[in-house]
Amino acid sequence: MPDASLSALAAQLAAKQVSSRELARQYLDRIAALNPAINAFITVDAEKTLLEAAAADARIAAGQAGPLTGVPIAHKDIFCTDGWLTTCGSKMLHNFVAPYDAHVIQRFKAAGMPSLGKTNMDEFAMGSSNETSYFGAVKNPWNTACVPGGSSGGAAACVAARMAPAATGTDTGGSIRQPAALCGITGLKPTYGLVSRYGMIAFASSLDQAGPMAPSAEDCALLLNVMTGFDPNDSTSLEREKEDYTRDLDQPLAGLRVGLPREFFAEGLNSEVAAAVEAAVTELKKLGATTVEISLANSKLAIPVYYVLAPAEASSNLSRFDGVRYGYRAPDYASLDDMYCKTRAQGFGAEVKRRILIGAYVLSHGYYDAYYLQAQKIRRLIADDFNQAFKACDIILGPTAPGTAFKLGEKSDDPVEMYLNDLYTIPANLAGLPGMSLPCGFDAKGLPIGLQLVGNYFSEAKMLNVAHQYQRATDWHSRQPEDLK
Amino acid sequence: MSLTPDDVKRIARLARIEIDDAQAQATQAQLNTIFDLIATMQAVDTASIAPMAHAQEVYQRLRDDVVTETDRHAAFQAVAPAVENGLYLVPKVIE
Repeated sequence: MPDASLSALAAQLAAKQVSSRELARQYLDRIAALNPAINAFITVDAEKTLLEAAAADARIAAGQAGPLTGVPIAHKDIFCTDGWLTTCGSKMLHNFVAPYDAHVIQRFKAAGMPSLGKTNMDEFAMGSSNETSYFGAVKNPWNTACVPGGSSGGAAACVAARMAPAATGTDTGGSIRQPAALCGITGLKPTYGLVSRYGMIAFASSLDQAGPMAPSAEDCALLLNVMTGFDPNDSTSLEREKEDYTRDLDQPLAGLRVGLPREFFAEGLNSEVAAAVEAAVTELKKLGATTVEISLANSKLAIPVYYVLAPAEASSNLSRFDGVRYGYRAPDYASLDDMYCKTRAQGFGAEVKRRILIGAYVLSHGYYDAYYLQAQKIRRLIADDFNQAFKACDIILGPTAPGTAFKLGEKSDDPVEMYLNDLYTIPANLAGLPGMSLPCGFDAKGLPIGLQLVGNYFSEAKMLNVAHQYQRATDWHSRQPEDLK
Repeated sequence: MSLTPDDVKRIARLARIEIDDAQAQATQAQLNTIFDLIATMQAVDTASIAPMAHAQEVYQRLRDDVVTETDRHAAFQAVAPAVENGLYLVPKVIE
């Protein structure tokens, strides 16, 4: 069971070899056994899961099953889920039971996929190690002394430990791809606007995008088919024809032009990561791809630009948490203003407060042009670099993160050191391009290494094709932590 | 550029986050390392570049001016810290 792909699980359900309830029970048992050590879940509610599974079984029995009906999935605790505690990893929402479903949750419910629970995450998705969660750090299943990455660290860890066959994540600056890399799974951040942000607790609205996380590219393609689609409740949701993201999985790679950005293989990249990524390039060449060196000259500015734009948007988005309409309220206060100030001081963790302060500063009178406007202009230069690069190549390839999983606590006192982890992932968010991470090897310590693909706008089917062909030729994505088998 | 502890207290005030002197001091040092990183973008000449606010050129959609939402105030207020007769309760602001 823990090895089964989504399509294999779906086939077993369709053939009535297993029921959705039995499947859910097996995963719930595995969660009960492994989660105390990994802390990948904030909320597990077996009763709710089994009710949803029973409904899926009824659909299957009635002949009304969709492709993934009955297959369970875990959801990042950033998605509002009707009747479920939805904390966003924060004390601010430690008691918030969402009164409605996020669009993404609605889609998985409509597909008949039972929820296994809500996964742990960095507070308000602000972090690259999952250590900022109010509910405690998540441990990397490959080595529990190491971080799983973040912010979708619970999602990545639960898939890596096969506590769930798949999970949802969100990615503002790398929060799907970096934890996928550090935990040895596959994760995809779609083109901005493909997946509705409705009911997904906002961090930086011009960058936030939800996507699938699972062992393989094929799994991610099936999940993307469920997740994408126009939603009038999200003003940036794109009105496009529905696509089948599995359609190109089996296409050969002959003639594929792979762009290698020289800036992504420069100083700062761990040599073992570089070697694994270069070996993956060799593998793709064997499959018929050619390579071309490209330049993303402004990508080195992606981190400074991101740490102006994302906090600016966050300071605005997080102003809604004031102790009036939902979540935490300070117990003692002298006035309305004092209630706001104390509620926010007590309800937010250190990293969230840091980013709100940066945002408030860069948007404040006299600094807007120098910071916010300058960052938006360089954002265009970064996007233009990609446009130029895609004239010479079909897909861009590089490392997902500069290193493998680091030790818990190793970088938590140095925000800048932590931010540098997202060096290679942030540019795609700023440009709004799709990006994915897939496993491509292990370092000498046995920790997974991630390979990043960045595609042109709406080229998810092509990226999944490249990833699937690579995964047919290699077995990195099917490796599991020995002691958790 | 370097923030002073007073700057930190001013922006904390703007953001409605209570902060004491010791916290302002500690936060100042961390924010300054972040602003040192941010300062690297100041060297770029962007005089002729149009700012990019968004990845896609999207426009606000219009819809018919009809009610589409049902009244769910009871469900929404059930998660509020303090509610009475359909109203959110906050400390008194008008004498």
